[in-house]
Amino acid sequence: MFNLPASVDFVGSFEDMSEFLLEMRDVSKSFPGVKALDNAQLRLRPGKVHALMGENGAGKSTLMKCMFGIYKMDEGEILIDGVRTEIKDPMEALMKGIAMVHQELQPIPARTIGENIFLGRYPMKKALGFIPMVDHKKMYDDTTALLKKVRMDFDPREKVGNLSVSQMQSVEIAKAVSANCRVLILDEPTSSLTQNEVEALFRIVEDLKAEGVAIVYISHKMDEILRISDDVSIMRDGKYIGTWPANELTTDVIITKMVGRELSNLYPKRENVPGEVVFEVEDFTSINPKSFRNVSFALRKGEILGVGGLVGAQRTELMEGLFGVRSHVSGTIRYKGKEIVVNRPKDAIDQGIAMLTEDRRGSGIMGVLPVSDNISIAALKHYTYLKNGITLDLRRIDELVDENVHKMNIKTPSGKTLIKSLSGGNQQKVLVGRWLANDPDVLILDEPTRGIDVGAKYEIYCIIADLAKQGKSIIMISSEMGELIGMSDRIMVMCDGKVTGFVEGANATQEAIMTYATQFDHK
Amino acid sequence: MELRKKVFLDKFWALVKANPIVVLLIVASIVVGFSVDNFFSWGNFGNLVSNTAIRFLIAIGVSGCLITKGTDLSAGRQVGFAACLAGVLVQRGDYTGRLYKNIPEMNMFVVLLIVLAAGAVFGIVNGLIISKLKVPPFIATLGTQTIIYGISLIFTDAQPIGGFQKPYINLITGRIGNVRSFNIPYLLIVAIAFGALFWFIYNKTTHGKYMYAIGGNEVAAEVSGVNTGREIIRIYTVAGLMYAFAGYLLAAKSGGAAASMGQGYELEAIAGCTIGGVSTTGGIGTVPGILVGVLVFEVLKIILQFLGVNPYYNYIAQGLVIVVAVALDIRKYIAKK
Repeated sequence: MFNLPASVDFVGSFEDMSEFLLEMRDVSKSFPGVKALDNAQLRLRPGKVHALMGENGAGKSTLMKCMFGIYKMDEGEILIDGVRTEIKDPMEALMKGIAMVHQELQPIPARTIGENIFLGRYPMKKALGFIPMVDHKKMYDDTTALLKKVRMDFDPREKVGNLSVSQMQSVEIAKAVSANCRVLILDEPTSSLTQNEVEALFRIVEDLKAEGVAIVYISHKMDEILRISDDVSIMRDGKYIGTWPANELTTDVIITKMVGRELSNLYPKRENVPGEVVFEVEDFTSINPKSFRNVSFALRKGEILGVGGLVGAQRTELMEGLFGVRSHVSGTIRYKGKEIVVNRPKDAIDQGIAMLTEDRRGSGIMGVLPVSDNISIAALKHYTYLKNGITLDLRRIDELVDENVHKMNIKTPSGKTLIKSLSGGNQQKVLVGRWLANDPDVLILDEPTRGIDVGAKYEIYCIIADLAKQGKSIIMISSEMGELIGMSDRIMVMCDGKVTGFVEGANATQEAIMTYATQFDHK
Repeated sequence: MELRKKVFLDKFWALVKANPIVVLLIVASIVVGFSVDNFFSWGNFGNLVSNTAIRFLIAIGVSGCLITKGTDLSAGRQVGFAACLAGVLVQRGDYTGRLYKNIPEMNMFVVLLIVLAAGAVFGIVNGLIISKLKVPPFIATLGTQTIIYGISLIFTDAQPIGGFQKPYINLITGRIGNVRSFNIPYLLIVAIAFGALFWFIYNKTTHGKYMYAIGGNEVAAEVSGVNTGREIIRIYTVAGLMYAFAGYLLAAKSGGAAASMGQGYELEAIAGCTIGGVSTTGGIGTVPGILVGVLVFEVLKIILQFLGVNPYYNYIAQGLVIVVAVALDIRKYIAKK
C-alpha cells in the first residue's frame, strides 16, 4: 500500500487561519489491540460545515467521542477559540457549547418531546416560594420555540415513541440547539432519512450555519458531502490524511483518499444470467391494513431483483412477511413450482430461503457471542453428528467459520472474537456468511450495505454478484439509488404498501424509479 | 528461567485479579482451616458437598432462564413443593403419622419419577406463560411462585412430614468406599454427573447454542430459524426438572419436609449464578462458573459457622458478597471502555 502525501497545504487553503472555533491537535487514542486514533487533527471554522470522512473504522466516531468527552484521549489537545481546554465528560462538552447527535439515536420513547429535550436540565421553579419543582409550562413553551427553530410543528407533549426516525432526529437537533451549541456534531444523520427529510435537515443546517455554528458532518453519502460542506477532512486507519475545501474535491478524489487506492468501479461487473422463475408471490397482503397489500412478483433463477421505494413504502415489512417474521392474511408463495406455507422464519429457512435483516444490531448480530456462533447459528442442524440435530460437530463448525472468515475477508483476530467488537462492515460479512452456511437458493437482502464503508460495500457487491452468477436468486432492498441501479437486473418499486411498477435494470434511471416511488393513491 | 518465572507470576496475578472473591475465600479457608479443629475433615467435606450439590442443581436449573434474559422466582417454591411431594409419597407404610393413609408404600425411585413429572409440569406452565402469553419472566414466575406455595400448603395441610423410608435417607448419607478416612458421598457423584451433562448441553448441542443465541439477541435468533418459543419452554421445563430433583434430595437430606422448605433458594441460586459470571443481560454464563459461584456461598457459610459467628450475621455477609462480587466483576467490563 502506498501512502498519499499528507496535505501540507492545509494552512494555505484558508484565507484566515486565526478564525478556528475549535481545534483538535495530535489526538491519539488506543484501545486494547488497536490504535484507533493516531495523531488525528481537526480544525473547525464558525458558520461552516466541516465534513469528516473515512471508511468505517477510520476513527471518525472515536475522534468525535473524544471531542464530546465520551472517550478520554491518550494524547493531544483541544483548543476552543485558541484556548487549550479539557473536556472530561459529555456534560462539560455541552457546557462548552459542543453538542452531538449520535448515529444511533437514544431517545426515551415513553416520555414527551419536551422531557427528552430538557432531560437532566429541566427548567425549575419554586412552589410556595421554596419547594423546587419542574416548571412544565416554561419547558413546553421553550420546546415549542425550539421545534419552530428546526422547522417542526409538533405538540411538545407528544411522546417521542410516536415519532418517525427523522422526526426523532429533528428532536435531537432541537435538543442540541437548545444547549446553545457553537459546535454541532452530526454523526451519519441521513442514513435512515428519505430525500424530503434530508432536504429538511439541510435547511436546518443552513439556519445553524447562519448563526455561526460550526458543524461537523459525518456521512458516507458523497453527493450530500459535496453539496453541503465547506471543508472536508479525510481520515484513514485512525490517521489524519488532510483537509481540503469541498469545492476542490470530487467523489473520485475523496474515495481515493479515503481508501488509499484507486477504485476504478463502484460496482463489480455482473455475469449472472437470469433463468426460469423460482419464486413467485401472488396477491400477498399483510394482516395490518396499513402495510403491504396485493403484492405480486416473480423472481428468476440467478436474478438480482432490486426493491426501491421511499421510507414507509413497506418494503421491509413485505420481505419480513414473506420470511414469516410478520403475519399475512392472504396471498400465496410458490417456490420452485410448489406452493409453500411460511408462518415463521424457520419455515422459510427450511425451504432454502434466507433473509439478511435491515437492522443489523436489532435483529442481526448477537453481540455478546463470538463470530463463530454468529456464523453458524442458522445452520447448526446441518452440523451435527449423523444429522441427529442435537450434538454438534464442532470441528466442522470451525472449518465453516474459517472458510467464511477467509472467503469473505472478514477482519477478525479469530472466530472466538465477540462480534460486537468488529466494525459494521465486518459484522455484515459475518451475517452474510451466516446465511450462506445454509446454502439457500433465494436470498433476501434488506439494505445490505447500510452504514458500512466504501471498501466493505464493494466486497459485499462482489459477493452478491458472485452468488447471482452461481444461480442464486437475490432480492435486494436498497434506499441508495446508485446501488439499486448499479446492481439490479430488475427493480421493483413500492409506494405505500403496493407495488407500483417494475424498471428494467439496463435502462433504469433515478427519475423512473422516483416516479413509481411517489405514486400515492389520491383519495 | 527468570523470564519464565515472571510470565508465571504475571499469569498468576491476572488470575487473582480476575477472581478476587474466590482467592479471598481460598485464603480464608486456609486460615480458618489451620486455626480451627475439624475444618479439614471428611465430615465437614461431606457437609459442604451435600449443601453445595443441591444448590448447584438449582443454580443449573435457573441458569438457563438467566442466560436467555429471563429469571425464575418460582425455583425455591418448586423445590419446596418437590420436597413435600416426595416426602408424602416416600413415607414408610408402618409410620403412624402418614398423611395419606390410602396411598400404598411406594418405591423411592417411582416417587422420584412422579416428583420429576410434577416439576416438568410446573416448568412447562412457566414456559407457556412466558413464551405464549408474553408475560415477562420476573412477573410470570412471581405469580407461579405464590401459586405453587399455595398448592404445597394445601396438600400437606401445612403439616411437617416425616417417617421416610430408610433407603431414601441413605441417598444422602450413603458413600462409596467405606474406609473411614476416605469416601465419596453419592451427592458428589450426582453433582459431577449433572455438571458434566449440562456442560455438554451448553457447549456441544444445538439446544445450548440456541439458548445462548436467544440470550444474545432473541429477535436475531428467531430470524435465524430458532424456534424461540419452543426453546424457552424447554429451558423452563428443564429448570423445573432440576428443582424437582433438588427438592427430592433436599427432603432426604433433611429427613423431613414442610411447605416452607426451599424458601429463598431462588435468590441464592440467582446470586450464585451471577457471582459465577452469568450475565443478567443475557447470552453469557458457563457451568464451571456457576459451580464456583455456588461454592463461594457455601464455603462462606461454613467458614462463618466454624468461626462461631452468630448465624444472623450470615445474611449480612452473603449480601455483601453478592454486591462486592458483582461490582468487581462489572469493573472488568467498565475498564475496557
